[in-house]
Amino acid sequence: MQIGTRAADTPPRPQTRGRGGIPSHRSVLRFLAPLLLALVILGVAPSAQAASAAEDGYRVTVNLRDTSNDNAPVEGVDITATPEGGEAVEATTDADGRAVLEIPAEFQGATVLVELDEDSLPDGAAMREGAPAEQTVTLNISTVGVTFLIGEDNRNVMTKWDRVPASIYNGLLFGLIMAMAALGLSMVFGTTGLTNFSHGELVTFGAVCTMLLNTSLGVPFLLAVPITVVAAVGVGWLQDRFLWAPLRHRGIGLIAMMIVSIGLQFFLRNFFAYITGSRTEVYDEYATGAGSDFAGLFTYTTRDIIIAGVCIVVLAAVIAGLSYTRLGRATRAVSDNPALAAATGINVDRVVSTVWMVGTALAALAGTFLAFQLGVTYQIGQLMLLLLFAACCVGGLGSVWGALVGSLIIGVLIELSALVIPPDLKNAGALLLLVIILLVRPQGLLGRRERIG
Amino acid sequence: MDLLTNALHDAFAPIAISYVLAAIGLNIHYGYTGLLNFGQAAFAAVGAYGMAVLIVSFDVPLVPALLLALVGAVLLALVMGLPTLRLRADYLAIVTIAVAEIARLIFSTSFKQYFNARDGVQGFTADFRDLNPYGEGAIGFSRNDLWVITVGWLLVALVLAFVFLLMRSPWGRVLKSIREDEDAVRSLGKNVYSYKLQALILGGVIGALGGFVGALGKGSVQPDSFNTDFTFIAFTMLILGGAARVMSPVVGAVLFWFLLTFMDVLLKRITGDGGFVPGWLLNPDQTGNVRFMIVGLVLMLLMIFRPQGIFGDKKELAIDAR
Repeated sequence: MQIGTRAADTPPRPQTRGRGGIPSHRSVLRFLAPLLLALVILGVAPSAQAASAAEDGYRVTVNLRDTSNDNAPVEGVDITATPEGGEAVEATTDADGRAVLEIPAEFQGATVLVELDEDSLPDGAAMREGAPAEQTVTLNISTVGVTFLIGEDNRNVMTKWDRVPASIYNGLLFGLIMAMAALGLSMVFGTTGLTNFSHGELVTFGAVCTMLLNTSLGVPFLLAVPITVVAAVGVGWLQDRFLWAPLRHRGIGLIAMMIVSIGLQFFLRNFFAYITGSRTEVYDEYATGAGSDFAGLFTYTTRDIIIAGVCIVVLAAVIAGLSYTRLGRATRAVSDNPALAAATGINVDRVVSTVWMVGTALAALAGTFLAFQLGVTYQIGQLMLLLLFAACCVGGLGSVWGALVGSLIIGVLIELSALVIPPDLKNAGALLLLVIILLVRPQGLLGRRERIG
Repeated sequence: MDLLTNALHDAFAPIAISYVLAAIGLNIHYGYTGLLNFGQAAFAAVGAYGMAVLIVSFDVPLVPALLLALVGAVLLALVMGLPTLRLRADYLAIVTIAVAEIARLIFSTSFKQYFNARDGVQGFTADFRDLNPYGEGAIGFSRNDLWVITVGWLLVALVLAFVFLLMRSPWGRVLKSIREDEDAVRSLGKNVYSYKLQALILGGVIGALGGFVGALGKGSVQPDSFNTDFTFIAFTMLILGGAARVMSPVVGAVLFWFLLTFMDVLLKRITGDGGFVPGWLLNPDQTGNVRFMIVGLVLMLLMIFRPQGIFGDKKELAIDAR
């Protein structure tokens, strides 16, 4: 899950990620991706260009940067532009490495031969090997950018090994966020035995709820998140009170409950598609942050660090709560043996209801954060559900630490596998690990043997 | 009137037949054996893609292509079943849904020279259509559709007869007793694991037959027609008809498809221009979502209030909830 570079097929490069001033709306990004790529190839400075024909003549701009010299501007290079059937225009690059050649308006649509005088290159600067010193452009927009490649090619110097730290960082971030949702799934499974196939939709709920508050009602993101979490607690209570508790009391089988959860998943997913109009949305705020470089290994944003911090605090709070509070101990007792827990005076229904509330809130919070990487779309749930299953099964279904460890493993595995297999298939790698782990160690890494029966 | 005729038309069309066969397969899994297979779409996909790719890319004649595709379905059942059938029921559910998703991802992103990514595979129907005895189309179906429908419903009848006889045999009775009480069966010296695997294979192969009919009816195979929705729709059909009854997938599927098309035509009519539902509430693009919301709701309500469906016997379906 790369952040910000998803739209481009290029390897993630720190430069493109932190580039300021580019609106990060997804559709804009999608539109910009080929353009950016074209800019990289053409080397045109990303300046706004009017697409209409100019009445007061055409401008051919040249922007010279030496890639061997930290992209420093190259000054004092003579450039000649000769429009077809016209006279040559000359210019010399200034201190910013820029040269502008004015061509009269009568040459609309004509081709122009732009030449760089290699002898005028300053000492130490040289044309890139194989790069042409003359190019032709067509005058169909008022300002045409031309570039000449100077200095050695360092665009694709990042090898797969160089991308490993960034992949691990992204994977850990994704895994941390996913761990919250996985913890909820695991807790519900532990206390009720239900494999909840609608848990992914609770993740979507978080994203969609925050998005609606943020974009439709104009609630600031920092306020929208707590509101979403409170709303999720309400949803968790509601679904236990009116759906799962009655089913439990009627003694309906677990398989039947699983099919009910499938029905709920189907309902909710299409409900979210209906609400969002099947579009992918983004929040109004914090859509991109300025990237900072960490020891040359990977790029992080303040936003992501804060998200990771929130995840760690929340996970620690829930795990501490399970370990040390009365309710937490009661929860673990119910997980172990509901009948025995009830016999010792624990109100099993209240414990399960709390678990549903906490689990839904965790899922929604995860969804709120995941939407930064996946966009707010009704498809988050379906994707996350399978990854959550993979995480829980790898770690051990029903185990709290298992959910955490499993999520981190799956998160890192997804990102690392994208280096070797096509990125489209990276989620398949996680699901494959799920199958393999069930084959060799069905209780998962941290699960207990008796659960799998 | 087209409200009813459209719906009736779709209820017997090739696509409905493919769902009928998928639901019959699920009936063997869930209805008779108590296995929760949430990856029936993968079996249909392997059937459809297997046949299409073998014919288009490898010039295999129709019949061997069909047989090889069925072998593919058997292998898929082994992949799904071997790791999970010894474990609790939910592990099978998780792995089947995961394998189905892996299969769809592979069909839509890998081996593009064979699968053509999202465009899918076309041009495999020639051999099948050459066998068509009909001169022209009738009752609103084209000549090709009519041929697919004839073959498809004949296939359904054969499979149903086979399932009927099989479930009365000792083998079928073992399956049903596995569903009721696995430990009791084990104590009688039956190899429960092996029986479950056989049931998974058989149901999967029938699901692959559904893939054939769907592909031949549409004339093309696309990865997105085999997403998880396919499985859940087939499941809803099965439960609507009533699990563990031979005829129930057919009745469930025909009824379901009738209602789905009926709702579609109805929703399209009451929305957009000339409809009375305002656009902010529901525009014609969203009718698909609303339809499937209702499907999800129906599946939930059926499972809660009438898990035996229309025909089922509640006493018989005391599925061992482990």
